[in-house]
Amino acid sequence: MVNQLGNYSLYIALLISIFIIIKTSLSFRNSSNVLSGNIFSLISVQSLMVIISFLTLIYAFVTSDFSNETVYNNSHTTKPLFYKISGTWGNHEGSLLLWLLVLTIFLFLFVIDSKNLSQRYRTFALFFQEIIIFGFLLFILFTSNPFANIFPIPSEGTGLNPILQDPALAIHPPILYLGYVGTSIIFSSALGAIISGSINKSWASHIKRWVLISWVFLSIGILLGSIWAYYELGWGGFWFWDPVENVSLMPWLCLTALLHTVFTLEKRGTFQSWAIILSITTFSLSMSGTFLVRSGILNSIHTFANDPSRGVFILCFLFVLIFISIFIYFFYQKSITADSTKTFLVSKETAVLINNLFMMFFLSVVLIGTVYPIFLEVINDKKISIGPPFYHKLIIPFLIPFLFFMAIGPNIKWIKDKMGKINLKDIFIFIISIVISYIFVNKFGVSYLLSLPLFIFSLFLFFVTIRDFFGKNINISQKISHFGFSLLILSILLNGVLAKEHSSNMRVGDEIKFLDKIIQFQNIEVIKKQNYQTLIGKFNIVDENNSLSLKPEIRIYDQPQTITSEADISSTIFSDNFLVFNIIKNDGFYNVRYQIKPFMIWIWISVLLISLGGILSLKKKNV
Amino acid sequence: MSKNIKLISIVLFALFSFFILLKGLDKSNTYSPSIDKNKIDFNFKSKYLFSEKEVFLNELLKDEGMTLINIWASWCLPCKDEHAYLLKLKSLNNLNIIGINYKDNENNAKQFLSELGNPYTNIITDPNGINSIELGAFGVPETYLIENKSKLIIKKFIGPLDDKSFIQLTKIIQ
Repeated sequence: MVNQLGNYSLYIALLISIFIIIKTSLSFRNSSNVLSGNIFSLISVQSLMVIISFLTLIYAFVTSDFSNETVYNNSHTTKPLFYKISGTWGNHEGSLLLWLLVLTIFLFLFVIDSKNLSQRYRTFALFFQEIIIFGFLLFILFTSNPFANIFPIPSEGTGLNPILQDPALAIHPPILYLGYVGTSIIFSSALGAIISGSINKSWASHIKRWVLISWVFLSIGILLGSIWAYYELGWGGFWFWDPVENVSLMPWLCLTALLHTVFTLEKRGTFQSWAIILSITTFSLSMSGTFLVRSGILNSIHTFANDPSRGVFILCFLFVLIFISIFIYFFYQKSITADSTKTFLVSKETAVLINNLFMMFFLSVVLIGTVYPIFLEVINDKKISIGPPFYHKLIIPFLIPFLFFMAIGPNIKWIKDKMGKINLKDIFIFIISIVISYIFVNKFGVSYLLSLPLFIFSLFLFFVTIRDFFGKNINISQKISHFGFSLLILSILLNGVLAKEHSSNMRVGDEIKFLDKIIQFQNIEVIKKQNYQTLIGKFNIVDENNSLSLKPEIRIYDQPQTITSEADISSTIFSDNFLVFNIIKNDGFYNVRYQIKPFMIWIWISVLLISLGGILSLKKKNV
Repeated sequence: MSKNIKLISIVLFALFSFFILLKGLDKSNTYSPSIDKNKIDFNFKSKYLFSEKEVFLNELLKDEGMTLINIWASWCLPCKDEHAYLLKLKSLNNLNIIGINYKDNENNAKQFLSELGNPYTNIITDPNGINSIELGAFGVPETYLIENKSKLIIKKFIGPLDDKSFIQLTKIIQ
């Protein structure tokens, strides 16, 4: 009964969508005031309908209504309430409904937010956004309806994959989606702006907010995914260059470039083409990400769709949008008129341009690494996988000059600056960085690819950004983000270089010496929890001064029956002690992996700092 | 002119990507661990469910005719659904059906059979699931029809048996 409510509200939303598309396309010729109360109230009703259907689905999950097929497939009565709710978007159908929910709410906010801009621009932006909403509604209703019924009603559901039962992962999809879907607004708005010929400073300062919002959510979403991989997957790493991770990184790189472009456009009125192309690309990448992850082309934990027709639908929809945007861009390209102000080689504009080029380079590396195996398999029937060495070799050499430009770029003035300004302080900082890096690299015998220059330049950026905090008239949000980035690179470097790992098979009562520490396996405790049974191992790590007790778990879930390993991690400011154990056979031996991961917590902190910069920038009226 | 060339090349490239991805969708994304997908190595030893004795899977196959191998577990709901088909197959053709009890608690498995009936000629256990993976299984339930002489898999059913697969099976067997 309640199930039907959700279903029908989606149909009403679909009808509204068709109506708005027709109404707006009729008003293209005579740019009359279509955005009067009429359309606005329709958009509000549409958002309301989608909200209702989303709440209905949550209700079905909470009450374990197994007449709903989605609930039956992904929930179970014994699951804790928190995971019943997060189970709503932990599956294909529900996650699409969440996409749609964010799409409509963002459109609603966008229409309110763009009140002061030209009617023509708003009409076009609304038109394109409604097309996206329409596509998603069709997709949901006809290929993956979350409100499908089953009869007879089963007494019990089949459960949620236990690996997904984790707090970080429960909020990871919604946050990431806010970022992804935010790019749809940027896309529609960019197309609207190019058709109505209003790519100017006021458009830039309007769209800047949306770029920042998407960027902040995307950053935090990626961070949460990474934290989840670190704690739950038990591999002890935070980034694996897995295609699914890459797919979220690509729009982020593009969005970062767009962010800088939009700032420049707002200040100087240049880079219009960059802004448009980047807006289109960012959204296409978000959509392709959804396609790659969901369709099952990539083999991953995120794959829900086993029905090929779903993949075909998203693919066609994606390419229709891409073709529309390509043609619109080429058709209206002449309407882009750059402000005639001259810029010189040594200027902030050049620095932003360099940043964009680097971002595009990183983007192409990640894109090729992700897509090449798929293409190769289709054309050649060969299976290959591209691992971290590929990315490291291609990205690190370019990261070095990138860090350098990031250090000096923000201090260059707009329009024109003098070369001779490089002062003694910069050189002094640079020399200090060289000395510290040299001592460090020699002391620890680091023989990593280009480690010395990488250390030098990340330290240089680190010191320069710290010094800049004490300057006059500083752009605090930009400084925090750049400082966060240097901290990120430094922590990743130190983490990679100083990490120690030991893995062995142990029985209860065994002791193993590792470096200057002794790992003691004391005992195992079995505890029954609500929907799983857990084996808690008690380990002691003893060194000269103190002893640290770690309690990793092996969980055996009943519905569906799965075994997961929960690492126990003790974090301090300087390093993480990471311990995970696995059952090997039934003869009492466990595989125990102990890792010391220095500066792990700083990786999370630095990403938070980067995002904080974005949030602060959002609060400011004028950057 | 150069603008048109740009447009055309971008469009062609996009079309190319589109068709590659479209073709990629048809590819099955499941991997089989054995190199020869049709023949499996039956040479592993496992314990019977109803006794403490161990046996090689090979010994359970007869010399002539066909054998049905069914991987199941008492905790798996779809296994319950397909159980009726297995019972029917048993009574219809007096088929040699070998059950592999996958990652299960033995008491639960015995209870399951006493409630729903036992279609199997023999049942062996696979407590950690390794043997089933060696057979090329992805999960439960899975059913293989095997020709005893050549030890080739004639037909493979991933997921529970249903009306359609039941008709297919009876046709092949007869």
